[in-house]
This record gives sequence, structure tokens and C-alpha cells, in this order.
Amino acid sequence: MTALIPLAYLIAAVLFILGLKNMSSPKTAVRGNLLGASGMALAIGATLVDGRVGGYWLIGITLIAGTAVGLWLAQTVPMTGMPEMVGLLNGFGGVASTLVAFADLLQSDHQSIDTLLAIGLSGLIGTVTFSGSMIAFAKLKEYKQFKQPFALPFQTLINAGIVLGVVMLVAFMVTTQSFTIQVLCYLAIVALALVLGVFLVLPIGGADMPVVISLMNSYSGLAGAATGFVIDNNALIISGSLVGASGIILTQIMCKAMNRSLGNVLFGKMAGGGKVASADEVYANVRSTSADDIAMILDGAQRVVIVPGYGLAVAQAQHAVRDLAKLLESKGTNVEYAIHPVAGRMPGHMNVLLAEADVSYDKLLEMDAINPTMDTVDVAIVIGANDVVNPSARLDPNSPIAGMPIIDVDKARTVIVIKRSLSPGFAGIPNPLFAMPNALMFYADGQQAVLDIVRAIKAL
Amino acid sequence: MFQRVYLGVCFATVAFAAIACIATSAIAQDNLSSSAPKNGAASQVDASSPKIGASTAESTTISPDKSAVVEKPSNRLAVLIGSLTVFALAVFVGFEVINKVPPTLHTPLMSGSNAISGITVVGAILATGFGKFGFGSLLGAAAIVLAMINVVGGFWVTHRMLSMFKKK
Repeated sequence: MTALIPLAYLIAAVLFILGLKNMSSPKTAVRGNLLGASGMALAIGATLVDGRVGGYWLIGITLIAGTAVGLWLAQTVPMTGMPEMVGLLNGFGGVASTLVAFADLLQSDHQSIDTLLAIGLSGLIGTVTFSGSMIAFAKLKEYKQFKQPFALPFQTLINAGIVLGVVMLVAFMVTTQSFTIQVLCYLAIVALALVLGVFLVLPIGGADMPVVISLMNSYSGLAGAATGFVIDNNALIISGSLVGASGIILTQIMCKAMNRSLGNVLFGKMAGGGKVASADEVYANVRSTSADDIAMILDGAQRVVIVPGYGLAVAQAQHAVRDLAKLLESKGTNVEYAIHPVAGRMPGHMNVLLAEADVSYDKLLEMDAINPTMDTVDVAIVIGANDVVNPSARLDPNSPIAGMPIIDVDKARTVIVIKRSLSPGFAGIPNPLFAMPNALMFYADGQQAVLDIVRAIKAL
Repeated sequence: MFQRVYLGVCFATVAFAAIACIATSAIAQDNLSSSAPKNGAASQVDASSPKIGASTAESTTISPDKSAVVEKPSNRLAVLIGSLTVFALAVFVGFEVINKVPPTLHTPLMSGSNAISGITVVGAILATGFGKFGFGSLLGAAAIVLAMINVVGGFWVTHRMLSMFKKK
């Protein structure tokens, strides 16, 4: 019986891979998630029937407690709170790895060198994931104390010093023969890693949180894989590396979409250089408009593209936007949504918010899908987005955002920008789109503006 | 609806197993504690991979203590290399599979893969079970709660999101 347990782990790992594979389309994704859950149930079941495991009542109680809390969290979280939720879960996974590695260290006072190394890495990665995720959680929750990026002087140097310290502690832990020193080293590693995680995320601004969450996702996977090396379990190694790879890919996508390197995000340096035109100069010929005028323009449009940005998610205007789209569609207009990779507060977040607002997923187009046909669009409505539609990225090679992938709304016949003011986006540069001859500004709160436009269209 | 029920069944299975755990522990506690080895993780490797170092008779028997493994560095090294092989291949599989996920599903992908990384719960159960109610058991128990929140919360919230993605 015991010999079959590794086989069950293998099947679980295969189910995880199939589950992720099914995530390649919204049609099969639900099935994919169920496959993953089945794999997990199998892995847990196989572990429980392992004849050498004792103390079942403690295991039983804790399994039920964790399940109850997990269900409660998952059922009550609003879709807008998804980034915080994922951040929190990342942190829990990380700290679980730290605890398991510590428990394994305590169980035997003569571990082999590679196991000690894996224990050290588990403790390091797991703890950094935990403390980093908790800070990210606080930033995403927009607690006042954490809102502003905060960095000590010489932060990078301090971090490098901590990393060096951890490396030395790991080396010491692996080579020493004394059990007591090994335990002390482990505790010191965990303490340093706690501080390191905080220092790594504190200096990062709210706009860069999608990158941080992706990175923490990757770390939580790697922590799991390291724990797999500690207890010689292939199921952990496979799942951990799958998640690690997934997080790294998402991190790369986010960085590319923001036109920043990973180091650049982590060490808080904005893309330097580049001559920035003054806002007054750029915004000399901006024209503003009203809800009634917009209603007239939309009335004659064949194809309308809505470009939602971070601001729409913050204003929670997705339901109002859905109503506007439904109204236009009932008049025979073709309405689509163009989603930039960093439109929401985490990768793919905007898609979830629009899906929740009952928008069909085939209406949600990626940047690369919509850009080639942008010149056939009659009206592009930009809501709460700025940098991701800034044509400087394409036209001005000296701009700080030069080369950043953007949605080419400036090529549409008419662009309506709904925005509170002409204030710059996260990149801190003016947007020449607003002053283009085909652009109209509608200064208002995102949700109120859309409601007004709906009212104006109905009144036509 | 059926899918939500299925997801519930998956969790219920675990919950049932958990309750069964509590029940059996009351009956069979003595049997288990008398035969509990000090560190099962190492012995599990020995039991599950008899190929490794099969020329020596000892390696195919279940060793009750990790010290037995430490004394055979070549065996230990083979296990490590095996694990590294699995790790490297799984990273490549991960890259291949994840690259095909469309941006529209990136948030569910993240919460779903997050749930998968909660597989640490396996390690937590082993740590609790082998810990003989010492401090190690308590650490393991805390890890079970946290990892289980990760697992159940992750899968459930992913399902909530995915069931909203509809084509009309």
C-alpha cells in the first residue's frame, strides 16, 4: 500500500499539469480547475493513508479548520478585492513552507547536506514570500501607512547586505555538525528573510503591484518546490516548479506591458532620461465635451471600442459601462473592449471585473488583436486609462515610455477620454493624445460620466 | 451548478478523511505510535525507489531513520539528482503550458496556480504525523491550516471567477 503512494503523487502532478493546460481557453478552464482540485484531493488522501503517519486527530482538526477559513475567504471576497486575496494566499503558502522546513529540521539531528540546504532555501523563500505578500496586501488594501513607497537610504545596499548575511548563515548551517547551531541558524535566516521581504516590497508603488503579486506567486511556488527537496517528495517539486514558472511568465508580461525591467521595478527606479515636453505646451489645444455631445457622436457610430483602465476598476464603473454597451448594441452598434495587460490591479483583473459585470468574454480583445483594426473604429472611449493609450510610446523615441506597448486609440476616428482632469498617469508625463484633433475630453468621475452618457442617449 | 457540487465533493472527501482520521486515531493510536518511525520522508524514498542502489540489500528495506541514508552518500546523491531532474523538467512543462494561457484568464490562472502551490499541505501532514506531538507536530499543524486555506480558498475563488466567464 505504502509503495503505491508515490504513484498517487504522480497522478496528482499529472492532474495539475492537465488542469493548467485546460486553462488555455475560457471554455475548458472550469474543467481545468476541477482537475487541479481533484489532484489536490488525491495527494492529500494519499498522504493520509501513509501508514507511518500518526496523530490523526490533530491532522483532522487542522484540515477542517483550514478548509473552513479558506471557503469563507473565497466565498466572501469581492472581485475587486482579488489582488489582495491572491496576495494573502501567496503569503500563507510561503509561511507554510517555512514551518514545514523547520519541523523537518527539528525531527532529525543528522540531516544530509543537500537536505539542510533545501531547508535553508525553504525558510528563506517561504519567509520572503510571506512578509513581502503581507506588505503587498497592505498596499493593495490601501492602508494609509503603506500607501507611499518607502525606502531607507541606501536601501539596495542594505538589501544586498541582508542577502549576503543569509547566504553566509545557510553556508554555516549546512557545514556545522551541531544540531543546536543549525536550529539557531535557521531561526536567524527566517528573521533576516522577514526583514528582507518587507524591504523588498515597501519601496514599490501601488501602480507596480501587479508585478509584485506575480513575483510573489512565483516565489510561493519555488518555496513549495524547495520544501519538496526537503522531504524528498516529487509532487511538491513538480507543482512548485509549475507555479514558479507561471509566476515568472506573468511577471515578464507585466514588466513588458509597463515598459520596465524587473530590476527597475524592484529597486524603484523610473526609466530615466528623455526630454519631457511641458504639460502646458502639450495641452494647448485640448477640447472638452459634454454627455449630450457624446450621445450624439455615439448615435452615428458603427463600431465602438471601450478602453477601460485602472481608473475604471477603482471607480467600480464596470457595471455602468456594461449598461452603456448594451444600450449601444441594442441600437445596432458593434461594441468591443480593448484590454491592456496592466489595465487592472493584477494580471487579467479587468477581464474578471468585466466578466462579473456580465460582459461576454469574446468581446474582450487583447491589445494585439485590436490595434491592427483601430483605424476602422468610429469611436474609442477611454475610461480611467492614461499611459496605456499615450501615443508618445510609439511616436517619440525620447519619451520615458518609448517602446511601451499601447492601445492605439489615437488612430480611431474619434477618441473620447473620460478623466477627472489632465493630471498625468503613473509615468508622470503629459499625454499628447488629449490634444489631438480627433480627441475630446470629458472631465468627470468614471462612473458618473458613463451614467450621464447613458441618460443622454436615452433622451435622444 | 454541478461543477460547484463537484468542487464541494472534492473538499468533502478531504473533510471526511479528516473526520475518519479523528475517529481512527481514537481506536488505533497504540498501533500507530508503536510502529512510527522517526523520519518517514527518508524511508518513503527508500521504499518507493528500490532501483536506486539496488545492489545493496539494505537499500530496499524500509529504513526507520534518516541516518541510514546519510551513511550511503551515493544513494543520497542519486535521489538528489533524480529530484533535480524532475524539477528541471517540470519548469519546462510549466513554461510550455502557462505560455498558452490567454491574458483574459491570467487572474484565475494566478489564483488557481496559487491553490496548487498549497501542495505544501502534504509536507505539513507528514511533519505533523511524524512529529510525535512534539514541537515539530505543532509547527506542522499550523502549516496544515495555512496551506489548507491556500488550497481550498484558491480553488474555490478560481471557480467563482471562471464560472463568470461566459460567451453570449
